[in-house]
Amino acid sequence: MKLRNLSFALRPQYAALVAVLLINWLLFPGFFNITWQDGRLFGSVIDVLNRGAPVAILAVGMTAVIATKGVDLSVGAVMAIAGAVAATMVTAGFPALLAVAAALAIGLACGLWNGVLVTLLDMQPIIATLVLMVAGRGLAQLVTEGSIVTFADPVLIFIGTGSFLGLPTPVVIALALAVLATLAVRRTALGLMIEAVGVNRSAARFAGISSRVLLIVVYAFAGFCAAVAGLIVAGDIRGADANNAGLWLELDAILAVVIGGTSLLGGRFSIPMSVLGAMIIQAMNTGILISGFSPEFNLVVKSAVIILILVLQSPMAARMVARKPAAPEPAAARRTAR
Amino acid sequence: MNRSLRPLAATATIFLLAYAAATFQYPGMLSTRVLGNFLTDNAFLGIAAVGMTFVIISGGIDLSVGAVIGFTTVLIAVLVMWAGLHPLVAFAVALGVSAAFGAAMGAAIHYLKVPSFIVTLAGMFLARGGASVLSPDSIGIKHEFYTAVSKSYLLMPGGGRLSVVGLIMVAVFLAAILLAHRTRFGSYVYALGGNETSAALMGVPVARTTIQIYMLSSVLAGLAGIVFSLYTSAGYSLSALGVELDAIAAVVIGGTLLTGGYGFVAGTFIGVMLQGLVQTYIVFDGSLSSWWTKIVIGALLFMFIVLQRLIFTASAPNRKVLWKA
Repeated sequence: MKLRNLSFALRPQYAALVAVLLINWLLFPGFFNITWQDGRLFGSVIDVLNRGAPVAILAVGMTAVIATKGVDLSVGAVMAIAGAVAATMVTAGFPALLAVAAALAIGLACGLWNGVLVTLLDMQPIIATLVLMVAGRGLAQLVTEGSIVTFADPVLIFIGTGSFLGLPTPVVIALALAVLATLAVRRTALGLMIEAVGVNRSAARFAGISSRVLLIVVYAFAGFCAAVAGLIVAGDIRGADANNAGLWLELDAILAVVIGGTSLLGGRFSIPMSVLGAMIIQAMNTGILISGFSPEFNLVVKSAVIILILVLQSPMAARMVARKPAAPEPAAARRTAR
Repeated sequence: MNRSLRPLAATATIFLLAYAAATFQYPGMLSTRVLGNFLTDNAFLGIAAVGMTFVIISGGIDLSVGAVIGFTTVLIAVLVMWAGLHPLVAFAVALGVSAAFGAAMGAAIHYLKVPSFIVTLAGMFLARGGASVLSPDSIGIKHEFYTAVSKSYLLMPGGGRLSVVGLIMVAVFLAAILLAHRTRFGSYVYALGGNETSAALMGVPVARTTIQIYMLSSVLAGLAGIVFSLYTSAGYSLSALGVELDAIAAVVIGGTLLTGGYGFVAGTFIGVMLQGLVQTYIVFDGSLSSWWTKIVIGALLFMFIVLQRLIFTASAPNRKVLWKA
């Protein structure tokens, strides 16, 4: 990101979020109104946070994966599997907490599978996770036997639509996960190790980092995050839809991570910025919806945003900045050596 | 046997074994009728997979093919039904639009130095969104040209029908095999996939070739969209959802190495046929549900990646340890 040498507050992501929110406010003057009703907050901004929570949770896991120069395409399918497992277990009469635990365990297992393919079989991450992306939805349908499993379990519904301390539960979960993950990577050596593996895996190994274990842990974490998001989505619609739960959300999560300034080539990442990226995406979604455009128009806007970011991040833009007396861009060298 | 042909041979053997096993269980599967349907039903997938083969051999990936197919069907439907153009004119427009689209993606990949995966992801969003903006609803196409095409076919011995779309797919595969192995462009593609820097040093025009590769992939996706439109007689922005994944799976199953530089167009054909076989088997069986298709294709994908891994580790000269083991 060409502006990353500037002060913290001037990051383009903040400007983007403010711009999107301002446009929303111009389109819909009541956008920033927040009311307190029935012990929880209501309002468009809260709605943005709430709807953006699943993608934000996915983005937390995806950030770690992308920081190791990988990518996880299977998170959408894992969401569907986790939702399907939880819903099927609840309707079969198991206690809700057991169902939640089982769904999270399945998510971890899916992540472990991806991690094993990437490390032990040495596959490219995009292909290794493609296997589960293709097969995962089939597995989810196998669990739900092809139907949409609906449930009325209060615990699962609370995860999807309840409120905690006045905020919707998904927001609280996403916030907690993001804060814990950020602390884990920034207050311990974990973040440095992830960056080292992302920059150069063999160099990291020679430096004494057990890159295999680290990679497996990272993919398992992404699977776990996907399972959490899957539970939220299932709780939100009070049912597990194996076909549509989390459909294309892996792409939104990757987009959020890229908007947040994490390098797709590994080695530089920021979990809070990815969460911010998810919020920018959701603010755009909401803005398009309240301005009366068809939701499909969203895709066009999203692609325009990706193209803009790519142009900003490209070595060409870096060269243009470098021509000015600013410090040379070290990231540019890494990029060209694709 | 030539060592580099081993993965192709493995895929072909597995297809023949699977087909033999399926025929043993359901003798009705061994007929030209079933074969003709294989070709017709998978024509759009096959054509898109040919473009994907070139992209993957060059070391990239194209996630936009399914969206381009969807966009093309809508564009054709709009041009034929609303603008009153002849389908052939609409086809030419659609191919032109997809060529420009692919060229833009190729240029972005080369000049912005970003992974192909993220550029084509943006392309996928753009094409799907563009299609929905053109028309969010499905548009049926009624035109005498469409009825004429869907009624014409070649009768094969045994009563099988080789439809026009099936013929188009076979022709595309034959042309692509020549393009990959007998032209300068083909060797450029392999060189780029092997190592971009060495390719550039050897005098491969990297910028032009990259743009041409993605242009080829998008044009073939556009052609697949035309075939899909002929096959369904409709244009819908959400048609061919996820075809890019099926196409990638077909390419991988066909023995093309995902790291680039190595692969066969003919293998992709077998990969497409193998997916068709799985679907047909599930239809014949009747008791298996449709989701088994996804699971089986995922399992096949996994199996073939592992197989490639084993073959290539075994044949790599610097890993002699594995030979002794």
